[in-house]
Amino acid sequence: MISANLSAIFYLISGVLFILALRGLSSPETSRQGNFFGILGMIIAITVTFLSIGNFSSGFIYVLIFLLIGGLIGAFIAYKIPMTAMPELVAGFHSLVGLAAVFVAISAFLNPVAFNLGTPGNIKLGSLIEMSIGAAVGAITFSGSIIAFLKLQGIMSGSPITFKGQHPLNALILISIIILTYLLCSTQSSNLFWILLAVSFLIGFLLIIPIGGADMPVVISMLNSYSGWAAAGIGFTLENTALIITGALVGSSGAILSYIMCKGMNRSFFNVILGGFGATEQSASSANKEQKPVKSGNAEDAAFLMKNASSVIIVPGYGMAVAQAQHALREMVDTLKKNNIKVSYAIHPVAGRMPGHMNVLLAEANVPYDEVFELEEINNDFANADVAFVIGANDVTNPVAKTDPQSPIYGMPVLDVEKCKSVLFVKRSLSPGYAGIDNDLFYKDNTLMLFADAKKMTEEITKNLD
Amino acid sequence: MEIDPFIFRLSIFILSIFIGYYVVWSVTPSLHTPLMSVTNAISSVIIVGAIIAGLAGDSNSIFNTSSIFGFLAISLAAVNIFGGFLVTQRMLAMYKKKKKEK
Repeated sequence: MISANLSAIFYLISGVLFILALRGLSSPETSRQGNFFGILGMIIAITVTFLSIGNFSSGFIYVLIFLLIGGLIGAFIAYKIPMTAMPELVAGFHSLVGLAAVFVAISAFLNPVAFNLGTPGNIKLGSLIEMSIGAAVGAITFSGSIIAFLKLQGIMSGSPITFKGQHPLNALILISIIILTYLLCSTQSSNLFWILLAVSFLIGFLLIIPIGGADMPVVISMLNSYSGWAAAGIGFTLENTALIITGALVGSSGAILSYIMCKGMNRSFFNVILGGFGATEQSASSANKEQKPVKSGNAEDAAFLMKNASSVIIVPGYGMAVAQAQHALREMVDTLKKNNIKVSYAIHPVAGRMPGHMNVLLAEANVPYDEVFELEEINNDFANADVAFVIGANDVTNPVAKTDPQSPIYGMPVLDVEKCKSVLFVKRSLSPGYAGIDNDLFYKDNTLMLFADAKKMTEEITKNLD
Repeated sequence: MEIDPFIFRLSIFILSIFIGYYVVWSVTPSLHTPLMSVTNAISSVIIVGAIIAGLAGDSNSIFNTSSIFGFLAISLAAVNIFGGFLVTQRMLAMYKKKKKEK
């Protein structure tokens, strides 16, 4: 058994290691070392917890067993999961953190003596407040992440679910959570604790159902943030520095990512959270525009255009992930490079279903990361490029965002794809994207539509390039 | 008058938010997905609370309501720890620089 002071110092060390883990992600070279720091921090935290309790009786065996069961499941998932399913995986993992926070809070509420928080029915006021916050946020994270998971997995429709009185209802529930916390702290009633948990689960569910599929990057980041705050709340209850530091890190990390994603769509955080985007304005503009002439071509035309180009910029989007076209795409690029054509990739901040989604898929297909550029880095290059190859992206290339103040996406930063000499746009049909608006790019003179499955089309182009 | 230890914890918390703010802004956008999976893994350090809860039962009754929730939380957090770190490792291993050509 080690002293409380010594274990506190070790918890601090593991907190610092977690900071270094995030710091390592500032560049791909240092990132692997960063991940190692994270693992080390975790090992220290767990070992110190065992040593500080010093109870290696039969209960210890069960701890190891449960640890092992969870660990094996986790390792199995991590090993098996395809890279395209990363958003679902992260959402699923968030729900587990949330639920774990809830369980720890329940456990502490039922047996406060073990945590040094007082006796049942007479828990220290500060601890009870911290515990309630941790439990409530944890519960919201859990049910919210479950919904996000179901939507990403396609089990639940990705379209927003809205009903009348939704916002007042949510506001009412949020207020009731605050009142319940207050009552719980003044009465210490366990019934109120369970009600608080139930209501928190409910609000997590209600908060996420009105948010549509393509807004998932914001939702996932937000839930990431919540899971951090839940951990921090529990950290305060347990008076554990590692947990407090980590909670703060994760909380601010998720908040920053949500901010970046919102900025990428030029929408306010509240606009995304209140949901229902793109559900209503679908029909208004599409009816008359459908008549405009569209040039469409086949793989042969596309191969011809690219063969005569000296530089090509690839614009991937969620459709590439759906079609699993990243490997086929890289093969096409390899062939282009053999013909001495310069190729780079342009990634919009909200391309895909989670922050950095496209980058991971391209990395999986062995695309070197120094060929992949962010919007600000590459946007000026479109004017000098010969061909833009849009694969699975839509709204993020729509020039309407720059020209039409009436458009719901006006002001959103977009890739200046139309400035290229020619644009190849791989898409199944002319249907509008998530925002429910027509893409003006389809009707430009220099756009050639390639109507096909992204993967098949890319493979065919490669064949025609040879 | 002595300062409540809560204030010290609050100070750590607030300062960590600022550290998080600056550290996360310096993360390159191409690594945002690994960032999410690794934050996921580290937030599962909540397992320390779960372990305390799990070991709280006495030698006569290892399983009581409180410790069962502890044990369950251990498993949940462990899924995240192993899953989160390993999947991050897997992703990061894929990020490669351009090979020198010719």
